[in-house]
Amino acid sequence: MHIVVCIKQVPDSAQIRVHPVTNTIMRQGVPAIINPYDLFALEEALRLKDKHGGTVTVLTMGPPQAEGALRKALSYGADDAILITDRAFAGADTLATSFALAAAIRQIRKNMPVDMVFTGKQTIDGDTAQVGPGVAKRLDFQLLTYVSKVSSVLPEQGQIVVERRAEGGVQLLKSKLPCLITILEGNNEMRFATMPNMFRAARHAVKVWDREAAGITDEDIVKIGLKGSPTVVSKVFAPTPHTEPAEMIEVESGHPKDIADTVLAKMFTRFPAVAKEIAKRA
Amino acid sequence: MSEKFDAIVVGAGPSGNAAAYTLAKAGLNVLQLERGESAGSKNVQGAILYADALERMIPDFRDSAPLERHIIEQRMWVLDDESFIGTHYRSEDFNKEPFNRYTIIRAQFDKWFSGKVQEAGALVVCETTVTSLLRDDKNRVVGVQVDREGGTIYADVVILADGVNSLLARKADFHPELEPKNVALAVKEIHFMPQEVLQERFNIGEEEGVVIELFGKITNGMMGTGFLYTNKESIAIGVGCMLSDFKDQKTTPYALLEQMKAHPSIKPLLAGGEMKEYTAHLIPEGGYKAIPKIVGDGWLIVGDSGMFVNAVHREGSNLAMTTGRLAAETVIEMKEAGKDMTAANLAEYRKKLDDSFVIKDLKKYQDMPDIFHSNRQFFTTYPELVNRSAHSMLHVDGVDKKTKEREIFSSFKQKRSLFGLMGDAYKLWRAFR
Repeated sequence: MHIVVCIKQVPDSAQIRVHPVTNTIMRQGVPAIINPYDLFALEEALRLKDKHGGTVTVLTMGPPQAEGALRKALSYGADDAILITDRAFAGADTLATSFALAAAIRQIRKNMPVDMVFTGKQTIDGDTAQVGPGVAKRLDFQLLTYVSKVSSVLPEQGQIVVERRAEGGVQLLKSKLPCLITILEGNNEMRFATMPNMFRAARHAVKVWDREAAGITDEDIVKIGLKGSPTVVSKVFAPTPHTEPAEMIEVESGHPKDIADTVLAKMFTRFPAVAKEIAKRA
Repeated sequence: MSEKFDAIVVGAGPSGNAAAYTLAKAGLNVLQLERGESAGSKNVQGAILYADALERMIPDFRDSAPLERHIIEQRMWVLDDESFIGTHYRSEDFNKEPFNRYTIIRAQFDKWFSGKVQEAGALVVCETTVTSLLRDDKNRVVGVQVDREGGTIYADVVILADGVNSLLARKADFHPELEPKNVALAVKEIHFMPQEVLQERFNIGEEEGVVIELFGKITNGMMGTGFLYTNKESIAIGVGCMLSDFKDQKTTPYALLEQMKAHPSIKPLLAGGEMKEYTAHLIPEGGYKAIPKIVGDGWLIVGDSGMFVNAVHREGSNLAMTTGRLAAETVIEMKEAGKDMTAANLAEYRKKLDDSFVIKDLKKYQDMPDIFHSNRQFFTTYPELVNRSAHSMLHVDGVDKKTKEREIFSSFKQKRSLFGLMGDAYKLWRAFR
């Protein structure tokens, strides 16, 4: 069984700030981490490997520094790591990214068939949740999104059963392989790397593929990077913080009923729409 | 299956990097272990880089190391509550290459240094804490145990570069618990401002930098000093005092830094800047007398862990790099001669240190900590007196200069008595001699 886990190196959003004057995102000095959602995908893949054997390959597209994220994934127990990096990939939106990743996975398949592709449900910097589905579509894989748990895999029968979070409950879905699964957060916890794996990760030669190695022809160059990205970011702005001061409400009598009446009266004056809605329901 | 290396270096600060780099360059099979997320993530320094110690290992470091500014001006301020008196030394000679001192940002510098260590061929593993040293039946150190599954790792020699707290050396009973009187607690902030503003404010060019050493009432009578360094587009400002003093005075370091930043002579230098970083760290300042045992069977201690800091001249990272390099060179010599890493053979490291500026300088100032600990007038009375004297001489009010001189002298006598003054002068002379 061969699982490819797509990960992304993202700036630690907990440490990002917006420049007070220019409204641009200040990335300087912000540490890069593996997208937290991807760690759940990687751990889920590693658990399947522990159970059924097989190979876990991690794949990322990014600048050369993204090798750090791959090395970390190797230390957790991934068997192989591939970085696709090329100036031609720069400026990619989700459409162009999924095109490039799908191409790279096709290259990976040439050496070893791929049974499953795992991704996190979304990244914390883009928040689109589009790349996983985009890759599935291009590879013509079954797509299973918002999966909380892989219940069972039957590689011989080419079948998988997963739990998928749906509105108002959990769906138990059976699918055929190969498939692409986007994994939800919170149902597993990334393991603590063993020392032998730390050594292996430190010594492992991460495969670095440029555009051609990733299987993207000259003619497809318009489908990757900025050229292949129809999304235009017209403006980035920081939301205005709410600065309305709190209002002290004083009720002379101090009787609970009077306090409640005064507070409600204040609220209804301030938010007439709420008052109307309540009156309607009453 | 456990791995075995020629040497394991614990820690990726300046001393550990120097040791690992030197060992790997000589072709030894080296493992460097760092508990932080990356090399340098646990390190704090002002920071001034003294070129010499690094240049001896990496002669062309200037081509690739992230350096902020080279220092062309050194200011020394003695501060009273509202004023300072001081000296400024600026020389065009400091603008001649190769430069001798640079301001650096350690997070960037350490990453670069660690890259050099890896290029040299050492295996660097971060986020891994050494929990104890492995011993054989003769109590010789034969490796380390780390906090990960399968974490037993063997080596001919272990170099402890695990920093000021050196939990490992303490656990192994190589040295006792740090005494509060032997460590300073320093806090530092980095304030960012546009490069042009900074250069105009300090009267410096594109690559030039200024250092201000601060001394006097800013430490509230505690034994310590402050500093202000210019980086490319930021100012590093900090203050450090002996831990025992913070304890006795019940002062917090950040309150002390806030107070220092509000000083009328310092505040305008920081105006308009945006504070982006706050860090704190211990500095081993016990000096020569506090140096622990630094070699044993299968182990050596380098850097802060061995108290190698010259507090008087605010030198530390250069001592760290030098001790790291000398320890490594000792190991290399033993390896080449086919000798075992016994305490007797490794004692060569101590000899190398004795012959170097490291021990010579620390020896020279060995009485300094004791003198300053028991003579607080150097941090309070004198700064106040010299500032007041300057003020008196410069304040034109119809009083003749001779009378002013007399008043100044008597104010000194009143505060410290003639005997005290002469005693202080003698003590300082002894300490610096």
